Amino acid sequence: MNVRTLRWAVADGRTLTGRALAHWARKPGEVAVALLFPVMVVLMMGYLFGGQMDVPGGGAYREFLIPGMFALTMVFGVETTFAAVASDAAKGVTDRFRSMPMSSSAVVVGRAVADMLHSVAGLAVMAACGVLIGWRVHDGAGRALAAFGLLLLLRFSLVWLGIFLGLLAKGPESVAVVQTLVWPIGFLSSALVAPSTMPDWLGAIAEWNPMSATVTACRELFGDGVTGGSWAAEHSVLMAVVWPLLITAVFAPLAAHRYRTRS
Amino acid sequence: MTRSSFAVHAAGLRKRYGDTAALDGLDLRIPAGTVHGLLGPNGAGKTTAVRVLTTLTAPDAGTASVAGHDVVREAERVRRAIGLVGQHAAVDEVLGGRQNLVMFGRLYHLGSAEARRRADELLDRFRLTDAADKPAGTLSGGMRRRLDLAASMILAPPVLFLDEPTTGLDPRSRIEVWDAVRDLVDGGTTVVLTTQYLEEADRLAHGVSVIDHGRVIAEGTPDALKGRLGGDRVEVVLDDPASLETAAAIVGRVASGEVDVDTDALRVGAPVSGRGAALTETVRALDDAGVAVADIGLRRPTLDEVFLSLTEKTAEQEVRA
Repeated sequence: MNVRTLRWAVADGRTLTGRALAHWARKPGEVAVALLFPVMVVLMMGYLFGGQMDVPGGGAYREFLIPGMFALTMVFGVETTFAAVASDAAKGVTDRFRSMPMSSSAVVVGRAVADMLHSVAGLAVMAACGVLIGWRVHDGAGRALAAFGLLLLLRFSLVWLGIFLGLLAKGPESVAVVQTLVWPIGFLSSALVAPSTMPDWLGAIAEWNPMSATVTACRELFGDGVTGGSWAAEHSVLMAVVWPLLITAVFAPLAAHRYRTRS
Repeated sequence: MTRSSFAVHAAGLRKRYGDTAALDGLDLRIPAGTVHGLLGPNGAGKTTAVRVLTTLTAPDAGTASVAGHDVVREAERVRRAIGLVGQHAAVDEVLGGRQNLVMFGRLYHLGSAEARRRADELLDRFRLTDAADKPAGTLSGGMRRRLDLAASMILAPPVLFLDEPTTGLDPRSRIEVWDAVRDLVDGGTTVVLTTQYLEEADRLAHGVSVIDHGRVIAEGTPDALKGRLGGDRVEVVLDDPASLETAAAIVGRVASGEVDVDTDALRVGAPVSGRGAALTETVRALDDAGVAVADIGLRRPTLDEVFLSLTEKTAEQEVRA
């Protein structure tokens, strides 16, 4: 890739990020719902279910819950990516882009940047919500920032998954499938309950869920104390880096291939 | 590389999807500055042909050049020279018309001021200025199509591909799209148009390639294709069913082929060889016999008739083979 190509990739990527921002400006209601939906889940889990929850090793459930919700918010993001990509593909916008002399990487770059911005906003809303219900950072700003970095790394890897699935989909309606699948994936992790309270085999799956690595790493970095004693839990920070890199390594080339050869 | 004098030049294009040969040795030569219709039933390979020519799909075999550039080896140059209007109005439905055109203009690498200027110009030209800020998804089908056309015209490309541009549009919107296409051709653009509406090709196209099973089965001007069916037909529509038989006999005397009698529509028709003379003779004979006539005329076969007869022939050949 020479300098000129790279420069256009950046410019085109910025144009497409601007497009996503313009969407938000046109549909503020949808943005608000997307940002507030995880807050509703927090209130449901924290106040409706929370009274019955015993966190292994003590500690308040609501404080246990928030790092899980950060990660779940990142996983919900797959729906945003998927819906946008599938809609462009179904309406022929993707083919229009592909028939234009624009940078082909810009389409994914623009999507990725817009989705990351959306996720930063989602994390900010969730953090504010967390602080209001008693969640605190115990180990200093540096480690907390590292935790947010890991969350965004997870989201980044899921951008590629979302693009790949979106290009594979028959149409934007299939987002319902993604929405349905997100829940079992989210529940079968350490996000909402400690895997040690599950049957052994199920707990093992939950421990190795890529999302759990990020959740457990965040709990450690926020200073909540690590839950679970498996290898995956002990090395959660390492795994919270490895999993997203692995997901990216698999789905970024698949997404790029799918984009180039769409037919 | 040989620079083709044709705006579109395809030779032996082949493309398979699984067991189906979407393109099975397609050849096309489209002179610059003309409108060329690709006609064929669903699944004939029209859309695949457009996808190959617009660099969206790589062919399995064969070569094609558009505006003198090879669609595989020089895809980037081809993309600079073409506009594509696909089967869906490929615009951002959330953004307004102006926002859409400015965005596409930027993606065509126009500067920001230039992109805005061009957007306004195109909005004006396609009569969209009043709706420029409404979300494109709320526009009528015809307006969205015009916006789509405008977006494909940002760089004023020498070759424009329209894949069934009026499918699903109401008659008024269809005429609006046709007008827009004629304007473009007056400006020197070569237009490649796929359509199932033979009327559309008849109105717009200088040349037509009839495609079936991924191959061109007939080619020529719409008039030449119609000529293949044996020239003109006399058609008489009657007031009274009782006079059908008399009329059929009169038409039979001037006909050069079989007489069709449609008892429901009270219509009698037949191919004739001498144009005006045949008509005059029919009118006079009907008048002498005292047959009341609701409508009478001389018409050329429609492209539908040409099309049906051509595709029937290939179907028969397949059965025999």
